[in-house]
Amino acid sequence: MGLIEARGISKTYSLGEVDVRALCPTSLTIEAAEFIAIMGPSGSGKSTLMNILGCLDKPSSGTYLLDSVEAGGLDRDQRAEIRNKKIGFVFQGFNLLSRTSAIENVELPLLYDGLSAQERRQRALTALKKVGLEGREYHHPNQLSGGQQQRVAIARALVNNAPIILADEPTGNLDTKTSAEIMDLFVDLNTHAKITIILVTHEPDIAAYSKRIIRFLDGCIVSDEVKKTE
Amino acid sequence: MINVPSTIRISIRALRVNKMRSALTMLGIIIGVGAVIAMLAVGTGARQKISEQISSIGSNLLIVLSGASTSGGIRMGSGTRPSLSLGDSEAIKRECPSVQDVAPVLGGTAQVVYGNLNWSTGVTGTTPSMLSVRDWQLSSGRSFTEDDVKGATKVCLLGQTVVDNLFGSIDPVGSVIRIEKIPFTVAGVLEIKGQSPGGQDQDDVIYVPITTAQKKLFGTAFPGMIRMMMVKARTAEDLFRSEQEIAELLRQRHKINPKQEDDFTVRNLTQMLQATEQSTKVMTILLGAIASVSLLVGGIGIMNIMLVSVTERTREIGIRMAVGAKTWDIRLQFIIEALILSMIGGIAGILVGLAVSEALALFAGWSVIVSPFSVILSFGFSGVVGIFFGFYPAYKASLLDPIEALRYE
Repeated sequence: MGLIEARGISKTYSLGEVDVRALCPTSLTIEAAEFIAIMGPSGSGKSTLMNILGCLDKPSSGTYLLDSVEAGGLDRDQRAEIRNKKIGFVFQGFNLLSRTSAIENVELPLLYDGLSAQERRQRALTALKKVGLEGREYHHPNQLSGGQQQRVAIARALVNNAPIILADEPTGNLDTKTSAEIMDLFVDLNTHAKITIILVTHEPDIAAYSKRIIRFLDGCIVSDEVKKTE
Repeated sequence: MINVPSTIRISIRALRVNKMRSALTMLGIIIGVGAVIAMLAVGTGARQKISEQISSIGSNLLIVLSGASTSGGIRMGSGTRPSLSLGDSEAIKRECPSVQDVAPVLGGTAQVVYGNLNWSTGVTGTTPSMLSVRDWQLSSGRSFTEDDVKGATKVCLLGQTVVDNLFGSIDPVGSVIRIEKIPFTVAGVLEIKGQSPGGQDQDDVIYVPITTAQKKLFGTAFPGMIRMMMVKARTAEDLFRSEQEIAELLRQRHKINPKQEDDFTVRNLTQMLQATEQSTKVMTILLGAIASVSLLVGGIGIMNIMLVSVTERTREIGIRMAVGAKTWDIRLQFIIEALILSMIGGIAGILVGLAVSEALALFAGWSVIVSPFSVILSFGFSGVVGIFFGFYPAYKASLLDPIEALRYE
């Protein structure tokens, strides 16, 4: 059994009287320590899939097993707990709390985990060190460059030792050089820390860092290729 | 598990970001709490003053006045026709079981002289019973006695105001003063009573034996008559019964047939004052209620600002939810924010209320009393207001969809 096991999950939004299908029944298995890129044009269903995989949303049908737990039928607070323990999010727009220092941003998931202030601080320092932000712990997001802000976000995803990182266009707001640095960081986390990384992107250059590429079109998977290791 | 200390820190930081807004929001609560405290202080002060005045007059008091005279079809005020005699007062004391003591009164204004100082004051002829009827003690010397009354001796008791004006700081006991040129020996000095409910100086008084007053000072065309009497009932419950007993006895003694009107009036002084006290109590409640409305308005201000804050911070809420904040984590964050606003506002409001009360006492000369109860009440109320009006915005925040919230610009 894989780390992520989706069986026939679909998502239908009802807009008044019209039902819009955002995701066809999709089955997908993702093993631990995979590095996957999900590609496809806007509205192709990749974000919907990411929301379901990230337990931000519930599938309309099908079963979604995350680490052997049925996550599709959980309530809000149970899903919040799963997000807290098992999933780290990295967004295109960084989504850091402004007017809050880097370290406090990183501590945020631990705040909802009931850890002592001392342990929170310790683990946040370790996570910031891992992403190469030593010495910038007390900077606020507006004092950091885009690449550094994204590193803070990655540290926040790492701090709870979650086995999965979901990254939604993580380099969308960054220049080429910085993008490459961020992607190298993901590769490193995948290779050395064995963290499962699922990445949504438009750009083939970015997708090239992954080991497996899933393409979406009109709500359905159209291809699922595993890259041959050279 | 909810991390309360961290949540409090998060809330404080959020409030500090918008200092001006937080301060203005608190202002509503500050004014509300301040108003409640100041208004209750004014009301409590007024009540306290009235109760003091009630006890200064003496408790369980009735006043019996002579009737009104009719002169050429014009009715004069009560007491203008002397219809009460010293015999009446003695009879009431003897025959009315619910009456504890009776003091007859015959008085007038007189010029008093001591050495080269003189003073115009009220001179009242009465019996030693006056002191027990009015719960009045002597600060020095002794009272005159029943023997002094029988013998119509020339002794007197002085109120403190009279002593101040004639003697200064000298002890007057044993000195001789002249009342309307007649020498009187000072037997004792009355304790300070202060103002009457009507605002009169109760210490500006001289008591002399009633017989002396009748024969030497205010001898009128009606010998043996008195102007009024003060009656002390045994208990507050006896007041009404005393009134009836006195009226019955006097009608009998004055030979008034059932069709005729009374030639005297009985007034229940305590009851009148208690009615005043009651109305002051109602006023206090009313003032407090009006002030509470402003506290309520302050609470609505908090809710208003919290709703704006929730909308502004939708993205922040989304981020918190994404990293694992549960329903009650979010709710508590906003409730605590509202609570901090209202509590700080409450503390500042208490200070403002105390300051306003002090200012009223100082500049307007009102008697104000800030009771600990009103402080606890308004502070507690402001806390309740914070939780109550913070709950709805917090509830709204906790129901946001994390996906939508993360996309919010």
